[in-house]
Amino acid sequence: MSTVGTDITLRTEGLSKRWGAFLANSDVSLTFKPGARHALIGPNGAGKTTFINLLTGSFMPSSGKVFLGGEDITELPQHERVHRGMTRTFQLNTLFAGMTVLESVALAISERRGLQSVWYKTVANHPDVIDEAMALLATLKLSDQANSITRSMAYGKQRLVEIALALATKPRILLLDEPAAGIPSAESRELFEVLANLPRDVTVLFIEHDMGLVFRFADRITVMVGGKVLTEGTPEEIAADPRVKEVYLGEAEHA
Amino acid sequence: MNAMTDTLKPATVAKTTMTTIPTAHLNLPNDRWRPLEIVFWLLPIAAYFAFPGYLVLISQIMIIGLFALSLDLILGYAGIVSLGHAAFFGLGAYTAGLLAVHGWGEPLSGLLAGAVVAGIFGFIVSFLVVRGQDLTRLMVTLGICLMLHEAANKASWLTGGVDGLSGMMVGNLFGRFEFDLNGTVAFWYSFAVLFILFVVLRRLVKSPFGLSLIGIREGVRRMPSLGVNVNRRLIAIYTVSAVIAGVAGGLLAQTTQFVGLDSLGFPRSAELLIMLVLGGTGRLYGALIGAAVFMVAQDYISGLNPAYWQFYIGLLLALIVLFARGGILGGLEKLAAGFKSKKEAA
Repeated sequence: MSTVGTDITLRTEGLSKRWGAFLANSDVSLTFKPGARHALIGPNGAGKTTFINLLTGSFMPSSGKVFLGGEDITELPQHERVHRGMTRTFQLNTLFAGMTVLESVALAISERRGLQSVWYKTVANHPDVIDEAMALLATLKLSDQANSITRSMAYGKQRLVEIALALATKPRILLLDEPAAGIPSAESRELFEVLANLPRDVTVLFIEHDMGLVFRFADRITVMVGGKVLTEGTPEEIAADPRVKEVYLGEAEHA
Repeated sequence: MNAMTDTLKPATVAKTTMTTIPTAHLNLPNDRWRPLEIVFWLLPIAAYFAFPGYLVLISQIMIIGLFALSLDLILGYAGIVSLGHAAFFGLGAYTAGLLAVHGWGEPLSGLLAGAVVAGIFGFIVSFLVVRGQDLTRLMVTLGICLMLHEAANKASWLTGGVDGLSGMMVGNLFGRFEFDLNGTVAFWYSFAVLFILFVVLRRLVKSPFGLSLIGIREGVRRMPSLGVNVNRRLIAIYTVSAVIAGVAGGLLAQTTQFVGLDSLGFPRSAELLIMLVLGGTGRLYGALIGAAVFMVAQDYISGLNPAYWQFYIGLLLALIVLFARGGILGGLEKLAAGFKSKKEAA
């Protein structure tokens, strides 16, 4: 499936997105090294989700480029980027409402395995897909919900299905848009444990508001404000940066 | 059929011990034959013996049922609405009909030709259909159907125009069985084609390909993030659907030895949608039940009161949509589920 070489460095060059007079992303140039655990933080409206949408191809940039392992993927449709090993989760659950958890994950796995043109053999007759799906659900403690219809599940469990679908594509670059949004902190810690156990060469870029999680999990942090990159560095550098404190304290004063 | 090969093999149970749900209880699309299904397929055979005077009607129910199946593939599974599906039905009918008029009366190859012509046209049209959303799709499919209807009307030198295409000389089935006036051969021919295609489609909708269609219906926004080229998937199923509709049209032409302009008219497309919604979408059997109920009601009520039969069909449809979402079959499933849970509670 994935035809990429070993270099999976994700890089943007002067990426900008404009809607009328509003500049959601302005000249964002970032590099994500293979295996990085890279957090994207910043106040609401900083353009973090827009940036992810530009990376995945959900939006086309107004200017700038996206490179994956040296290849210019700026014009590539979303599904082609997934074939090259990059996928995402959504801030608002974007799931298969009427399907069971197992069906949803089996769908994702079948697609990754290139079974989409198999019409003469039932899904139930693909034991390796089922085994892989159940193993994945077990790592997310979703085994008992395998037969549950997605829309009938508790919100926190649905967040885990969000992750399961992304992991089922076996990404080499995983973009997480507030994976733990709206779930209790104990569960979100569990969720990040799962992410911490991903293979070391998987690049993880995540948006997260819980600074405890960010500083525990990230080895690299980018701060965005007003569509621009304010600064980037190691967690220690970011923690010591007075401008970052100002941004967050400034926001706290308004809150 | 091959029910056993499609059930989960016990060998897979051992491998997934981390789950508390035994693998055999995992609900995944499979095509095991349930007892009720076998009963269902015995019904037309029973009807053959019980109502020998109605063979023509029963054959037409099966043919229109096949046509409704084709719509279920795109509407019930992939979620594409269409008000112009008669375009493919009519193309299949005219292709089989014209071949038979011009000396190619062998039925099976005529049917195949109808399927191919409808499929090619469906493939071309699909590029227009997948682009839009629901309303656009309704209008595009409707427009194409109306255009074809008018083209067939104007080309009366070829199609016979409003008088219809007559003078078909349909040959013997397998070179042996002559289409008789009672409709015996037509009945078995229609039954066999319907059943074979049904078995194929039943497998298709339970396959990984079929699961991806349901995925498109249930969460089209997520599909690209799983690496799915949604448009290509829709083009594929739209083409398959057109092929099936073409076969149904060809069957009707061959068994009635006539093709009317109405075979590609808007009313036929709209009636088809009514039948499918009546029976229940996304279940395959709903298409067959909807076609049967619609056509039996049409036959029976129009016998009582020729002017107003549509009133009762309309009433039935309104009641179904209001009180039994999922159509007749969906309503029955809910009743059965309710009955089952009551029994378990007691």
